Amino acid sequence: MGYDGPPLSIMEVCGTHTAAIFKTGVRSLLSPKIRLISGPGCPVCVTPAAYIDRCAALAKTGRHAVMSFGDMLKAPGARGSLSDARAEGGRVEMMYAPFEALERAKREPDTIFALAAVGFETTIPAYALVLEEALARGIENIRLVTALKSVLPALAWVSERGGADGFLCPGHVSVITGAGVYARLAELYDRPFVIAGFEGEHILAAIFEIVRAVSEKRAVVRNLYPSAVREEGNAKARALIAKYFEPCAAFWRGLGAISDSGFRLRREYARFDGGGSDVPDEDVLPEGCRCGDVITGRIDPNECPAFGAACRPEHPVGPCMVSAEGVCGIWHSHM
Amino acid sequence: MCVALPGRVISISGNHAKVDFGGNVVDVHAGAVTAAPGDYVLVHAGCAIEVMSRESAEEILSVFSELDLA
Repeated sequence: MGYDGPPLSIMEVCGTHTAAIFKTGVRSLLSPKIRLISGPGCPVCVTPAAYIDRCAALAKTGRHAVMSFGDMLKAPGARGSLSDARAEGGRVEMMYAPFEALERAKREPDTIFALAAVGFETTIPAYALVLEEALARGIENIRLVTALKSVLPALAWVSERGGADGFLCPGHVSVITGAGVYARLAELYDRPFVIAGFEGEHILAAIFEIVRAVSEKRAVVRNLYPSAVREEGNAKARALIAKYFEPCAAFWRGLGAISDSGFRLRREYARFDGGGSDVPDEDVLPEGCRCGDVITGRIDPNECPAFGAACRPEHPVGPCMVSAEGVCGIWHSHM
Repeated sequence: MCVALPGRVISISGNHAKVDFGGNVVDVHAGAVTAAPGDYVLVHAGCAIEVMSRESAEEILSVFSELDLA
């Protein structure tokens, strides 16, 4: 891209975008003056170590079975990962969809099925529907261990610290929130927010829009993924979220606590609460790990001394090396 | 983690839909959308999160197969 203005940085806040940017070679097409930063857009990477320790402890009680998406299993807590807990005799099962817990719970009424309920707006409606089904079918042995987050407050957090000149907004989070919610952020922080799909051309078009808007000092919002994202988003899904969950402060690994950036169960559903929203606010990153600096754009992954040395996909030190959508793992697989 | 794929609704009963993903028929929870048989839905973690046109669904599918994310 023939850009020769002042250096500018664009943050993408979706692990699927990060993966697509690498697979399609978008970075190689950009002017060296444009820096792409992979922000806090991978739920696994921002889940605090204390939360993973809580799930691992539940797995070892003998009464619980922890159900987790596959990419959480190797994410390191302060005392090991869920995979480690399983190797030590804990009961940890991988799920593809949270609804799997319903049948399992019905078949094994004496076991408490604790869902490692990690995710952003895209995933939260599924957890709400698990609860709705559990209530309708009288299934009581399900718990949600919540680490649910809202992406927008994190974008505000980054903007307040000047972390990026413009944002490539997450496609599937925006399906739920709608494109309209970015207008307030654009106005407040005076920078462009552009929603993109996952095709290389779409991402390039979004980057072009952002570069043009930054150059012309226009704080625009553009929806370049209208096939999936509506201005008003999915109101039915948001109503489900609001029925079962309420906003709370949440702790983002590498960023810290951000007010109203999380969701916890409403009090009337407390009997399904497996904890999670109350884990201690302590930023325990393993020694030598700089994931926090990576997802805020202070350094690129390869500037971390552990990257590719002590920290590798088969032996991750930090959470960003674990997930298929973690920025360090993606950089490493394209070296 | 937020990967979502479109499929075609074959049948629907209450909140439960059978959705065809290129020949694989999967049970999907449809409680977060208003969908009917024949509609295309965007599915994430076993949950339909949006209804979309056939053209949009096919466009998204071709992107994900190219990216090998499907």
